[in-house]
Amino acid sequence: MKRTALYDEHVKLRARLIPFGGFDMPVQYASILKEHEAVRHAAGLFDLSHMGQFILEGDAVEEWADRLTVNAVPTMKPSQARYNIFTNEHGGAHDDVIFYRLPDRWLLVVNAGNADKMWQLLNESAGSAGVKLTSLHGRNALIAIQGPRSAAMLGPHTDVDVNALKYYFCTEGKVYGKKAVIARTGYTGEDGFELFVDGADAPEIWTKLLADNAAAGLIPAGLGARDVLRLEAGMPLYGHELTEEITPLQAGLNWVVKMDKPDFTGKAALEAQQRADDYPRIVGIVMDGRAPAREGYHVFLGEKRVGEIRSGSIGPSVGNKSIGTALVDKEAATPGTDVVVHIRGTAYGAKVVELPFYKRSYKIGAA
Amino acid sequence: MQPEGLLYSKEHEWVKIDGDRATVGITDYAQDSLGDIVYVELPKVGATVAQFGPVGVVESVKAVSDLFTPVGGEILEVNASLENDPALVNREPFEGGWLFKLKLPGGSQSAGLLSASDYENFVKES
Repeated sequence: MKRTALYDEHVKLRARLIPFGGFDMPVQYASILKEHEAVRHAAGLFDLSHMGQFILEGDAVEEWADRLTVNAVPTMKPSQARYNIFTNEHGGAHDDVIFYRLPDRWLLVVNAGNADKMWQLLNESAGSAGVKLTSLHGRNALIAIQGPRSAAMLGPHTDVDVNALKYYFCTEGKVYGKKAVIARTGYTGEDGFELFVDGADAPEIWTKLLADNAAAGLIPAGLGARDVLRLEAGMPLYGHELTEEITPLQAGLNWVVKMDKPDFTGKAALEAQQRADDYPRIVGIVMDGRAPAREGYHVFLGEKRVGEIRSGSIGPSVGNKSIGTALVDKEAATPGTDVVVHIRGTAYGAKVVELPFYKRSYKIGAA
Repeated sequence: MQPEGLLYSKEHEWVKIDGDRATVGITDYAQDSLGDIVYVELPKVGATVAQFGPVGVVESVKAVSDLFTPVGGEILEVNASLENDPALVNREPFEGGWLFKLKLPGGSQSAGLLSASDYENFVKES
């Protein structure tokens, strides 16, 4: 199992470590629910160094990346970040990613579990397209500070005007005097920043951020809290709401798929799927009682099995209701539909709802 | 330190025996290992359960764990507070977070159960 640059810090903080994406990663420190609460009301600090970081260079990046993905790449402004999905010929998702457009290069962040697959995929066509690829996976670190107080916590320790940094934009600067790409991105449904730093600098930045902001409520947060946070915010997690089989349209990510752009891998399949409009799709599920819905549980409409749970948790930000996502047939996908979830042989009532479960109540960054 | 006067199972349940009545819960070690408990599924009142048999589940945010009973008998009562406040098991595993009470049949069931000090050693080794 690989270790991130912050492994020793996690051990010192007595984190519970689990294998995730090839790395020993903290699933929780003190408590998943306490960490969740900190991110919603103050801020949490995450080690996301397991995620793949690739550098893309060359004039051809725009066009090349545009042909491999569903969202538009060439229309990205300087310093902009954009969520995107690499698709296969059938429209299924190779991975969901974020592109960061820097002045002289692009940063591409891929899921840890897909890093090797994506590295191979990108290398198949990058060379002939004139794109230079460099992997920083396992060398660079990624520290995310997420929560409504994150700008106030990070601001004093960087030369970047964090309040002027717009949502889904990035810039190069310094944090505690160390070089960093600072992005106003994240995957929690809250305001927040992601700091791409050299692995050697990561422990100092991590420990100083925690020490300087402990009084303001910053605590380390693990992958367990992150999963609850992203589920409440209606954000897909690869392997659950998106897979090589589940397309972005099925995941409800129609806004990401730009059908009007030039040809891209899987475009024809996605167009056909959109025309037919008969596909199983991801919906939100709220259980009637407290019993947690877990991945793989079967979902029924009356007596007919119409799908299965893909993610589940209790939602502390939605009254501790038992919430989840399910991939269900179209006939069961209308919000308000009453369905039944089978848990250990017993039928439990549930309702189909629109995603997300949770929306933050404030605006992020300067307009 | 484990509370004295209770017996412990290797599945990390505790049982307090008082004549032919018993109260069962999970240990502090168990609740800490599980993390934030969000749901507890308990046996039905009136059901007869066998010693060391599965009687329900305890669910944390991340995982579903089977619940076993350290003693067999007839279920007399389940802790109704846990329905709306399952985290009570985290906060007070040996007190307010008890799980269920049973009526014991005749005969000792203490073979295979551990004393407080034996359980303490068992936890240290695991």
